[in-house]
Amino acid sequence: MLKIIHMWVNGREVELAVDPRESLLETLREKLNLTSVKKGCGVGECGACTVLIDGIATDVCLYLTMWADGKHILTTEGLKSPTGELNPIQQAFIDEAAVQCGFCTPGLIMTAVEIVGSGRKYTREELRKQIAGHLCRCTGYENILNAMEKLAGC
Amino acid sequence: MFDIEQYYEAKSVEDAVRLLSEHEDAEIISGGTDVLVKLREGKGAGGTLVSIHEIPSLHGVRCLPGGTLEIGPATCFTDITNHPLIRRYVPYLGEAVDTVGGPQVRNQGTIGGNVCNGATSADSAATLQTLNAVVVLQGTGGVRRVPVTEFYTGPGRTVRRHDEVCRAIEIAPEDYVGFTGSYMKYGKRAAMEIATLGCCVRVKLDEAGETILDARIGYGVAAPTPIRCRNTEGALAGRRVDDPGIYELIGTGVLDEVNPRSSWRASKEFRLQLISELARRALREAVDRSLNHEAPKTACSDEERR
Repeated sequence: MLKIIHMWVNGREVELAVDPRESLLETLREKLNLTSVKKGCGVGECGACTVLIDGIATDVCLYLTMWADGKHILTTEGLKSPTGELNPIQQAFIDEAAVQCGFCTPGLIMTAVEIVGSGRKYTREELRKQIAGHLCRCTGYENILNAMEKLAGC
Repeated sequence: MFDIEQYYEAKSVEDAVRLLSEHEDAEIISGGTDVLVKLREGKGAGGTLVSIHEIPSLHGVRCLPGGTLEIGPATCFTDITNHPLIRRYVPYLGEAVDTVGGPQVRNQGTIGGNVCNGATSADSAATLQTLNAVVVLQGTGGVRRVPVTEFYTGPGRTVRRHDEVCRAIEIAPEDYVGFTGSYMKYGKRAAMEIATLGCCVRVKLDEAGETILDARIGYGVAAPTPIRCRNTEGALAGRRVDDPGIYELIGTGVLDEVNPRSSWRASKEFRLQLISELARRALREAVDRSLNHEAPKTACSDEERR
């Protein structure tokens, strides 16, 4: 049985008929074509599907779309400016070569958006803890931390 | 798609109780970080879910008249750690739940789920045991209050009946005023890890900061359910904190009160070593915090009520 929900995705109001069995990961990828949201482990361990829900970093593989009714969703597709420029966090990831295969990158960028948006400054150790919910098998994390430190480091 | 036959979004606790009583196979889903993972593995597939995710009254931390702290069971771990009432009165509980999984899981996983799924490895379990927390359950038969120390009946099993919803977790002022505490978790890595062992030690010292008036020791994974070590607690009461013998006492005393097992995560022998060592370290930290005047002197007050 389908249910109608309303949510705001990357600033745009969306009305959708969703199956109560759907994860928000499936809805974002398959119905809204937001393929920056990656399906990794599917059980909340790798962080590849991280998006912001009302500003909070969430693994959407473990989030029912029903719960997104009335909420604001932000994915990396929603980060670029109206004139097409990259968000400073995306630019920092490029400048610090924090990307190799790229699979973990959108999720990590969304966590970075949450961290930078908090307005406070973090030590490198605190940043390590903040990205503990993301697996990156290429970079060894150092360049990712360098990129985050540029914008949110002490 | 999750393999669910029927899904209901409860509007209120009463609504959830009704839905549970109408559907014998129904399971409660709150944050989803356990239930949806189990469904992915095929456990509970084809069943019914009653969601309490969108019930506002189950969220948040409040101070009740008389100074009891009331934690909404659907409050996520992050919100507990950051809540001003938790930071001021029971900061060690905030630290304990800050060791669950990683940040995204802590943004969704809830303390009510942590308690009600009955896991001995729950990171809130050892601390809630030492706090004599009370689980408030609401079912078709009305409301009943069960001390968390009597809540567990076996691994993954609790006294919660099928139609009961955890409505609140309460901590009485006599269980937190004057106390400091420390939660020590052992896992093979610092994040994204289920506890191999979890230990919480809390102390209340006399005014001079010389003698232990009350000591509380709680464990997760030291037995099939979370436990207290009351004999060792009794032996610590009245002892001077500058006596190095208290660390020997706690480290050996607890060994007579635990019942760990071997699992793929760790052997029984290793767990016994952890049980002693973590208790010593947690006691030391709890005492240091008390000597550093970190214990709350009063109960939470009406002004802090929200």
